[in-house]
Amino acid sequence: MASRLSFSNRAGWLMALPGFGLIALFVILPFVLAFVLSFTNQRLVSPNPTEWVGLSNYQSLLGLGVLHLEPERDEAGQVVTDENGAPEYPRLRSYTRNNPDYPHLQGKSEWFSFDWGNGRTYVLASDVVFMKAIVNTLIFVAVVAPVQAGLALVLALLINQRLRGINIFRTVYFMPVVVSIVVVSLLWRFIYAEDGLLNNLLSGLTFGAFDGPDWLGNPRTALGAIIGMSIWQAVGFHMVIWLSGLQTISPTLYEAGAIEGASRWQTFRYITWPGLRNTAVLILIVITMQAFALFAQIDVMTKGGPLDSTQTIVFQAVQRGYGKQDISSGATISVFLFVLVLSISLLQRWLTRERR
Amino acid sequence: MTRLTTATALALIWASGALAQTELTMWYHGAGNQVESEIINQIISDFNASQSDWHVTIESFPQAAYNDAVVAAALAGDLPDILDVDGPIMPNWAWAGYLQPLPIDPAKIESFLPGPKGTWNDQLYSVGLWDAAVALVTRQSTLDELGLRTPTLEEPWTLEEFMGAMEAAKASGKYDYAIDLGMSDQGEWYPYAFLPFLWSFGGDLVDVQADPQTAEGVLNGDAGLKFGEWWQGMFANGYAPGPSQDPADHASGFQEGKYAFSWNGNWLALPFLEAYDDVVFLPAPDFGNGNYIGGASWQFAVSGTTEHPEGGAAFIEFALQDKYLAQFSDGIGLIPPTTTAAAMTQNYKESGPMAVFYDLSADQARLRPVTPGYPVASKVFLKAMMDIANGADVADTLDSAVDEIDADIQANNGYAQAQ
Repeated sequence: MASRLSFSNRAGWLMALPGFGLIALFVILPFVLAFVLSFTNQRLVSPNPTEWVGLSNYQSLLGLGVLHLEPERDEAGQVVTDENGAPEYPRLRSYTRNNPDYPHLQGKSEWFSFDWGNGRTYVLASDVVFMKAIVNTLIFVAVVAPVQAGLALVLALLINQRLRGINIFRTVYFMPVVVSIVVVSLLWRFIYAEDGLLNNLLSGLTFGAFDGPDWLGNPRTALGAIIGMSIWQAVGFHMVIWLSGLQTISPTLYEAGAIEGASRWQTFRYITWPGLRNTAVLILIVITMQAFALFAQIDVMTKGGPLDSTQTIVFQAVQRGYGKQDISSGATISVFLFVLVLSISLLQRWLTRERR
Repeated sequence: MTRLTTATALALIWASGALAQTELTMWYHGAGNQVESEIINQIISDFNASQSDWHVTIESFPQAAYNDAVVAAALAGDLPDILDVDGPIMPNWAWAGYLQPLPIDPAKIESFLPGPKGTWNDQLYSVGLWDAAVALVTRQSTLDELGLRTPTLEEPWTLEEFMGAMEAAKASGKYDYAIDLGMSDQGEWYPYAFLPFLWSFGGDLVDVQADPQTAEGVLNGDAGLKFGEWWQGMFANGYAPGPSQDPADHASGFQEGKYAFSWNGNWLALPFLEAYDDVVFLPAPDFGNGNYIGGASWQFAVSGTTEHPEGGAAFIEFALQDKYLAQFSDGIGLIPPTTTAAAMTQNYKESGPMAVFYDLSADQARLRPVTPGYPVASKVFLKAMMDIANGADVADTLDSAVDEIDADIQANNGYAQAQ
């Protein structure tokens, strides 16, 4: 921690130059470009000149509105109900499409709604798909970060033993990491198919009692299926990092613990876990950042569907930038993601800081 | 001295012109397909040997990466002289200046099917060596068993007849699903294969005649809503597998007897013919407003930045000979664009096993909306079709699709022709 940047060691700077140069060219410059482009109407394919548009990209991405509606009433003042007895509401499109009384709702559509008081409150968004992408990404991160880190730690503890053939287990757990994520995703698409491997396995294990769902075709299971597969795919990578952390803990501590008569739990709680502190911080931050970048699985397995249940922020950025040729919108999403990840990483740093 | 130098220079130019042909580069989307590469390489070496002005060299890309490569090259100012382009994307590239009007003799392509001629703003930009077609594939024995009338081009199935066929196939209990619509192929297949249904109901993706262009009223109008409800019913009633269909089933399900019908392209017809000896290719049904299939496949064009458009045009004219058209058709099963070339092929000659596709293409083909906004509109359509198939509210989904398409048109100043 005591080293300071100095200008005396020219050789050191010279050696760092290729690395710094590449980072500047491929990370910093594109980010600056994305930031600038998010205030323009830059297109991927267009003969029209680019213009500054101020914050309108951010407005159309993040715009929200609220509308409170009363149920429809017939002439007698009674609430009109449908066949299930639920009150009927006027169609939202009559408010959000070309209605001069509600100019602030033009083009917005329903994100979600809840009953409140005598009526129903609708939360409207300019870009419902993006709102769903944010929520899905946050759910993905919130599940994957702790589960993947925990599972990787368990695996690391299991393979951190002197056993004959332990390298075979290390290789097996690490294998999915070195296979291309696109290939893995394709394979899992077959595994998750309605009459695929997983459902056959489950129905075999339960003697046909379990009739598996169409994992990727059902909005309720699709995101969970992708979470499960993603955890499985990358758990080996973090297992190796945990393992390296485990092996830096001095064996003398364990010997001392054994002499003191510590139980296995006590050994883990008071020797292993404190020794893994820095590794844990690293793994948590790395998984969080990787999880926010969720893209390949979505692109190969679901394309964001069914019914937007697996839309994610990065998938939307690519969809808009390349698919819909709207570079400025893709850039806006990238800037938004940068701010989001940065603030969460800073929060994590602060929460896991060393308290003295 | 000056005169001498000029004379020498002229002599040098003349000599080098005679010795060296002008280099033309060409990009092609078919890397990885050996048959296709052989034919195109043959055409190029024939062309290079046939004259002394031009020398074409080809670079092939995998189809999935091709469009990105062209866009990247255009941004970098590094386009080749000749390139191929997917028919419906052509107006977008022409509008952006990637392509320039193709200076070839109109008489050369007079006899072509409408699909392979790429015209935008009353100018020819691209020509295809083939077209593709979609048909309702089934077996004669299936039709007989289910007691269904064989539809013809003159008298295609109506909506009632088509739904009757779906219901009969479902009720027979012999199939996993009545029809394979190809829902697992989530790319350009959706607009290519399913826009014809929307057209047949009387709707459209974009009204390109309106000024500015708009999707309002055509995609979410009454016809659009009727189409959407019908589309949702195909999945809600279990007639067709939805977007989560296993890709393997799409590839081989019909041959394995999982589906009674398959709405499929002629490029996939050869395995069907191998699997059964009574395969029939039926024309698209008429849902009240005519029966259609999509037209236009990959086509050749000259880039907007080339210094030698006449060289590119010379090559494309050379490639349009019937013998090459026939070779492509025999090699990869595509429809040759002229009757004379069709007569030379195994599959499309009169009484050939796929001759019906030639008539389908000639009679039913309709171009996807010819507008620079098509690439975006088609992506929006793809998502809307998937959402509706998955049970989303039809009117709301089509409304949002319209909003997205119109916002894109507005963001591009109505896709007016740049000056």
